[in-house]
Amino acid sequence: MIAVIDYGMGNLRSIAKALEYAGGEVAVTRDPEVMRKADRFVLPGVGAFGNGMDHLRSFGLIPALEEEILHKKKPFWGICLGMQLLAEKSEEFGEHRGLGWIPAEVKKFSFPGGANLKIPHVGWNTVTFVQEHPVTKGMKNVEYYFVHSYYVVPKEKSLVAGTCTYGVDFAACIARDNLFATQFHPEKSQEAGLKMLRNFCDWRPQITS
Amino acid sequence: MLKKRIIPSLLLKDSRMVKTIRFDQYRDTGHPITAARIYDAQRVDELVVLDIFASRENRGIFSDIVAHMSEECFMPLCVGGGIRTIEDIRMLLGRGADKVAINTAAVECDGLIRNASQAFGSSTIVVSIDVRRKENDRYEVFIRGGTEATGLDPVFWAKKAEKLGAGEIFLTSIDRDGTMSGLDIPLIHAVVAAVTIPVIASGGVGTLDDFRIGMEDGGASAVSAASIFHFTDQSPIKVRKYLVDRGVNVRA
Repeated sequence: MIAVIDYGMGNLRSIAKALEYAGGEVAVTRDPEVMRKADRFVLPGVGAFGNGMDHLRSFGLIPALEEEILHKKKPFWGICLGMQLLAEKSEEFGEHRGLGWIPAEVKKFSFPGGANLKIPHVGWNTVTFVQEHPVTKGMKNVEYYFVHSYYVVPKEKSLVAGTCTYGVDFAACIARDNLFATQFHPEKSQEAGLKMLRNFCDWRPQITS
Repeated sequence: MLKKRIIPSLLLKDSRMVKTIRFDQYRDTGHPITAARIYDAQRVDELVVLDIFASRENRGIFSDIVAHMSEECFMPLCVGGGIRTIEDIRMLLGRGADKVAINTAAVECDGLIRNASQAFGSSTIVVSIDVRRKENDRYEVFIRGGTEATGLDPVFWAKKAEKLGAGEIFLTSIDRDGTMSGLDIPLIHAVVAAVTIPVIASGGVGTLDDFRIGMEDGGASAVSAASIFHFTDQSPIKVRKYLVDRGVNVRA
């Protein structure tokens, strides 16, 4: 069963329906008991970083998530804000600390040279996958749907599994061990996204560290 | 490279889909779920669903329709109509909306856009602006489904909405709505040039080339249309092919 974490931030119904369509059994939950029984996790998220962390804390979700994901190494996918929250900190509406599961920071798009690019980065953009990964298997340069003003800057290049360009090259997809995350929305990316969700449902991570 | 978007809009009235001319003269155009299903199969970039009577009738949007659509469509869904509070937004996002379009309440409810963008992130909050051209070639923003003048200039209001935290502008020319006589390019261009957030241009698309003109001459990040899909034999697939053949940066 896939636990889609309900922390009051986002399009839970969309991701749950897309996972079911992809063949997964889904529980939208914030119950630690359900999380213990889950065999994989999705942290979705639409919204502001500080709010997201506040909600994870106030619902008391962080200890259970860390137990199941960091210690038991269950497969995990963070989507959009759910990817950004893995970082150590973000500068969205003041500086906020994140979960710190990966060495990374979250920065805002900024085009001072007048690159004439609109912010937020909204719409379909091409992702280049730069690592072989079971979840991205069969995907080449494909377009996915993005909607964000902030992006994750990993401190270690080896975390980057896919890149996208919008004024700068940024990490559209990161992966390490059982952690997988995308800045784009697979549940909103039609067939290209559903295919990745199907791959995720079958994923058995190899733990190296 | 980021693609320009083609966005069909679905207007709801009493849970049916309609199309208006200049925000009036409603024609029934079928069932919204069926339409959404077809657009999903045609791989459109996004859908905008607006309950055009919600604000006039002082009620919330038909959230059941949103929920049903999100079960069948794996593409971005922007939903608007009658949204007045943070709780309205939370409910719609919970039912499957990815973004919300706020129009009347953005003008009337002080602090709503700022609070909403802080709570849900700017990229979730679309400010929808309906505009009429006045006799002296100036423009004015209207609310409550085009029935109430605000005295606001659209360029001024779009800049203010951006400052308050809006992540996108959905800009509609009331004069062109349903007329299929072409987008109001001077209006679109003026708003696009004034803000750094994406602008979705709407109102007046009647030909395939209107999409290109809106994107290239108007500078819009996306063009929204309805009549051309309801009342002609054009489809989003034909639009996409037309634009790709002319080198416009859209999804192939």
